[in-house]
Amino acid sequence: MSEVEAKSVVFRGGGFAPKPQRWVGVMVFVVLIAIAEMGTRAGWISALTLPKPSDVLETMQGLYTSGLLFKHLGPSLSRLAVGAAIGVSIGISVGVLIGLFSYIRSGMVPLIAAIFPIPKIALLPLFVIWFGIGEGSKYALIAFGTFTPTVVATYGAVDNVDRTLIRMGQSFGLSWWSIVRKIVLPGAMPGILSGLRISLAIAIILLVAAEMLGAEYGIGAYILEAGSLYDLERLFAGVVILSLLGVIISAAIGWIERRLLGWRM
Amino acid sequence: MDIRLDGISHSYDDFEVMRDISLDIPKGQILCIVGPSGCGKSTLLRFIGGLERPTSGRVLQMGEPPEGCLNPLTYVFQDFALLPWRTVSGNISLVLEDHGIKGAAAQEIIDDVLARTKLTDFAKALPKQLSGGMKQRVAIARALAVKPAVMLMDEPLSALDAQTRELLMDDLVDLWTRQPFTAVYVTHNLAEAVRLGHKVVVLSRRPGRIREVVNIDTPLAERETGDADLETAQKHLWLLMRDEARAADAELINV
Repeated sequence: MSEVEAKSVVFRGGGFAPKPQRWVGVMVFVVLIAIAEMGTRAGWISALTLPKPSDVLETMQGLYTSGLLFKHLGPSLSRLAVGAAIGVSIGISVGVLIGLFSYIRSGMVPLIAAIFPIPKIALLPLFVIWFGIGEGSKYALIAFGTFTPTVVATYGAVDNVDRTLIRMGQSFGLSWWSIVRKIVLPGAMPGILSGLRISLAIAIILLVAAEMLGAEYGIGAYILEAGSLYDLERLFAGVVILSLLGVIISAAIGWIERRLLGWRM
Repeated sequence: MDIRLDGISHSYDDFEVMRDISLDIPKGQILCIVGPSGCGKSTLLRFIGGLERPTSGRVLQMGEPPEGCLNPLTYVFQDFALLPWRTVSGNISLVLEDHGIKGAAAQEIIDDVLARTKLTDFAKALPKQLSGGMKQRVAIARALAVKPAVMLMDEPLSALDAQTRELLMDDLVDLWTRQPFTAVYVTHNLAEAVRLGHKVVVLSRRPGRIREVVNIDTPLAERETGDADLETAQKHLWLLMRDEARAADAELINV
């Protein structure tokens, strides 16, 4: 027999499956900050363009040692917590109702579509008139801002609950309330939680807007004050705090997801 | 408790699915319904269990369900329909909770049905950890837990591979031999029908009508692969169905 040339088959599979790489995310931050630091020190980034990262860090340390950090953080966190709690809980309830009842669905979906694109910041003066210049208007703004994305995520999630599971519940004679509590809500939980990620990020965005009027303390008020004085170090210090807040909330939701949704494939 | 189907016809708009089906489902037997795809056999099963309403005709429950029966008409679904967020025992306790059975009383029933379906070691597993065959065993255990008068099985083995299907058929035969139950078993697999059915109802293609009811007298426990009588019965069923199946296959789907 003649010699046959043996070639290995060319590999053409793989890819299209991103895997988490632990330290890459941190590295991106480190590299960006290092470039900014080098640039501002060497002078090819002017002090007017970007503050020196080390100065921002110093400002943050100052905030911490003077105790001002918690004076600002305290009211902001309570506004965030109360506003988001109101918005999210009403949002989930309305979303579930839209997911379950034809009339509520037909009535509410166009209404939600109408209020979703309103920039909630524009309504701040209205909220001040309705709920007062104090905490009320701030809660209302954050609640309203988190409400709409929560509703949309929730009724989408309820729509996606496996109908065969609901038929199963009916075929075993489960009550309507049992089906909602034991089948619809747990089944909608993945969608509701991913909606929560968006709603809470929006809550942080609106925090700054909420503190535009009638707030002496608060991260938002601090940023706005620094902004109007063009004090870039303080502005950036405030922004970094908001970013950290976002990262912490996102990590918390990730933790809840791992605890609650361990049953997923 | 027997079930009687009395002149059931069904159509979606002016699309006739089923015509004049009358049938008695006797107690303590497994009745198989076979037919080409689209003949409405699964729909018929949904009528029997009250999940859908026929356009005309009635499903009658003859007599009272036996004592202690929690859910007289109980389904076993093709795709198992297990709650993925509940463990095996949690899935069974789901159907007991609404009847106020909790704690020790529930545990006793759960232990019993898990033992009968050989699942005792898997009580704490989540559905995602189980193979298809195991999942269907859990669904059967769940159905047994409510002590049904009639089990309504909608292609229960169709989502499983051939080996698992054999194993589960053996299990069903064992289960029936130890404690005869009434079942309506819908399938498109003729081997399953002659293995498990005391009676096999052959439906025609759409609009579904009863073409023939074939009785198979060999006791379930004595049915083995290669049995001449069963082979003959299966061949007979296939002859009845072949042309229907071919015609049904060639039809355009316009649902």
